[in-house]
Amino acid sequence: MKLNLFILSMVFFLISCGYSSADKAPGTDGANTKDISSYDPNRGLGKFSKIEVSPNLDDAKATAGEKVYGVKCSSCHKLTGEKLVGPGWKGVTSRHAPEWIMNFVTNTDEMINKDPKAQALLEICLVRMPNQNLSDDDARNIYEFMRKNDGVK
Amino acid sequence: MKKLKLNYVLLSLSMIVILGMIACKPKNAGNAVSADAAEKAYVAPGHYDEFYNFVSGGFSGQMSVYGLPSGRLLRVVPIFSNDPESGYGYSEETKPMLNTSHGFIPWDDQHHLDLSQTNGEIDGRWVFANANNTPRVARVDLRTFHTAEIIELPNSSGNHSSPFITENTEYVVAGTRFSVPPDNVNGDVPINTYKQNFKGTISFIRVAKEDGKMDIAFQLQCPPVDFDLSHAGKGKSHGWFFFSCYNTEQANTLLEVNASQRDKDFIMAVNWKKAEEYIKAGKGKKVPVKYAHNVYNESTHTATSEIKNEVLVLDTKELKDICYFIPCPKSPHGCDVDPTGEYIVGSGKLAALIPVFSFDKIQAAIAKKDFAGDYEGIPVIKYESALYGEVQKPGLGPLHTEFDGKGNAITSFFVSSEIVKWNIKDLKVIDRQPTFYSVGHLCIPGGDTKKPNAKYVIAYNKITKDRYLPTGPELAQSAQLYDISGDKMQLILDFPTIGEPHYAQAVAADVIKNNSIKFYKIEENKNAFVAKGESEAKVVRTGNKVDIYMTSIRSHFVPDNIEGIKVGDEVFFHVTNLEQDWDIPHGFAIKGAPNGELLIMPGETQTLKWVAEKSGIFPFYCTDFCSALHQEMQGYIRVSPQGSNVPLLFSTGKNLPKSDSTKK
Repeated sequence: MKLNLFILSMVFFLISCGYSSADKAPGTDGANTKDISSYDPNRGLGKFSKIEVSPNLDDAKATAGEKVYGVKCSSCHKLTGEKLVGPGWKGVTSRHAPEWIMNFVTNTDEMINKDPKAQALLEICLVRMPNQNLSDDDARNIYEFMRKNDGVK
Repeated sequence: MKKLKLNYVLLSLSMIVILGMIACKPKNAGNAVSADAAEKAYVAPGHYDEFYNFVSGGFSGQMSVYGLPSGRLLRVVPIFSNDPESGYGYSEETKPMLNTSHGFIPWDDQHHLDLSQTNGEIDGRWVFANANNTPRVARVDLRTFHTAEIIELPNSSGNHSSPFITENTEYVVAGTRFSVPPDNVNGDVPINTYKQNFKGTISFIRVAKEDGKMDIAFQLQCPPVDFDLSHAGKGKSHGWFFFSCYNTEQANTLLEVNASQRDKDFIMAVNWKKAEEYIKAGKGKKVPVKYAHNVYNESTHTATSEIKNEVLVLDTKELKDICYFIPCPKSPHGCDVDPTGEYIVGSGKLAALIPVFSFDKIQAAIAKKDFAGDYEGIPVIKYESALYGEVQKPGLGPLHTEFDGKGNAITSFFVSSEIVKWNIKDLKVIDRQPTFYSVGHLCIPGGDTKKPNAKYVIAYNKITKDRYLPTGPELAQSAQLYDISGDKMQLILDFPTIGEPHYAQAVAADVIKNNSIKFYKIEENKNAFVAKGESEAKVVRTGNKVDIYMTSIRSHFVPDNIEGIKVGDEVFFHVTNLEQDWDIPHGFAIKGAPNGELLIMPGETQTLKWVAEKSGIFPFYCTDFCSALHQEMQGYIRVSPQGSNVPLLFSTGKNLPKSDSTKK
């Protein structure tokens, strides 16, 4: 396990070369560190902590989400379970909580750096998911489109 | 912290060792460096520099951007020369930027830069650049560090006294170095009719307040001389512009001798507010000319070039109170105005003193008509009536002056190879330091504005000789950084530059860095050939023109297998980078392309034209390392002979057509 972590961190180091330092203004190092014991792995890291989801599909949201999917997601994610660059979306809403998904798609870099589930996915895909700069609404709409894809009516 | 201290100790120790080694070198080659120089110029890895330094690229045609005090090269921004590295001047979108009335011109000589100002202070919006050879002025947008606009100048040759700006960026000026016959008369005249047939032209380019768009407001037709450099008045002298000129002998051959005859040439003072009044009164003449105006549209990521046909000209011989000549000793070069706007410093290349003129005295002399006669119909103010005083024995061959905002000026001396600090009020020399070697331009951050930020002065040298490891006959060009925060100017760093550095600008990083955009929003991309998402990727044939709407994202192209291209087809690769994150450009290169590559920023679309010249398989790939699977980001295009019936097919991730269909 320790060895795995070591390898994983090496991979991160290689993949993110120069990235994290360029992203931070000098002197801001360490601003993001949080107490790991309070970390909620089902929620992830980011601004979304409680998403209300109704049992029925919100069609308008799902349609808007599908549009964003076409421009910003479909290059790497299929709607089936098949992995392209990233995992296929079939079943994604049963694998992760809505908060986790919306945090991951809006706060991608920090999640990849710190969230165990995101790190495990990187180990499989080996391509860091790009931050596609989704708005909060985009993220919610995409989540609704994922639900539609998973059969919610 | 301990480590840092240790580093400093190590650095200082190594400096001592280096100094010891330098001591065996030719005289003066490094003895101006003191032990704390490394500490002063040191910026730790991962930390930002304090200043941006925008440096003209001379005969490279480009602008380079350095961080100070480290002297680290941050970017080379292509402006007047094409750049295969970024595709500038090669992509279909950027080709129009280099269009002129002479057609496409892939090179120029870029000498001076001026940052836009509001109220006489640098506002960090744009930097303007001149092209000497085929006269043009460019505007670079400092949110993107891309060339946003280039305007050509008619009736002009050798655009040297440019692109200096007024204190609210109302105008950018451009003055001819080579006087020539105006464009709308027959220029097929004997060269030695210079005095009769040639004219000097000064252009005033208006800059729109909101978006920076340039257009030529008017031109001043002046006597034929060589206009050299210029600077705008500021504060009390706002409304005036000052141009140095040489060759008042009006020689057309062997200028080295024939243009160095007169004891004094001129600084020309231009009352541009007066010129505006004359235009309002209808005194300008519309003259037919041809010049290109090229604009890069940020939402279509595409440049357009328009040829314009007319310019407004004011004749300064007839309209007497626009221009005045002020005698200035021996072929003046630099023409610099102090932060208060009161003092105008002329630097005679062959002079051994520096004259300082007073704006108040110039105004009084004009009011009293205190003239020593006229030159080609333009009044010449008496030297003594305009002069505030002279700096005696400052050095040999003064060229350029910048100001520290504390009442001092620093002047470069080419012949005696030094920079000299002197007090403007009492005209006394305070300090002098050698440069290595033969300094030309100088730059203090904000040193030509109302508010200099005088921590450093940078010297841009003409000769480096023994300063760097030899690299054959052609050596590194160089700049030298001096700390001027104390009484003594202290050399702290040498750093190499691109092309030949001429005038430069510097500004505190905070003025620029927070406006820098990180990517283009894909939703706002209005390129005619954009593919917003892979579902919009396609290949369209129109006759022998094939448009490939291609997308790139870490780490694949769509489409990446293209068949049905035929010999003679003109193939346009329109590549949209779908990434929406900072620092994730993708490249595009295809075997046999006779132009360049594309480097496509996130959210941008760029187009490479490629003519299929023979049948076969041609690979293409991403040139900018983008992910762990970057090396997998590749594709193939199949070219078949003319008249073949291979269908047009394109795909990614599907093996089309069925492999057996092509079996022989």
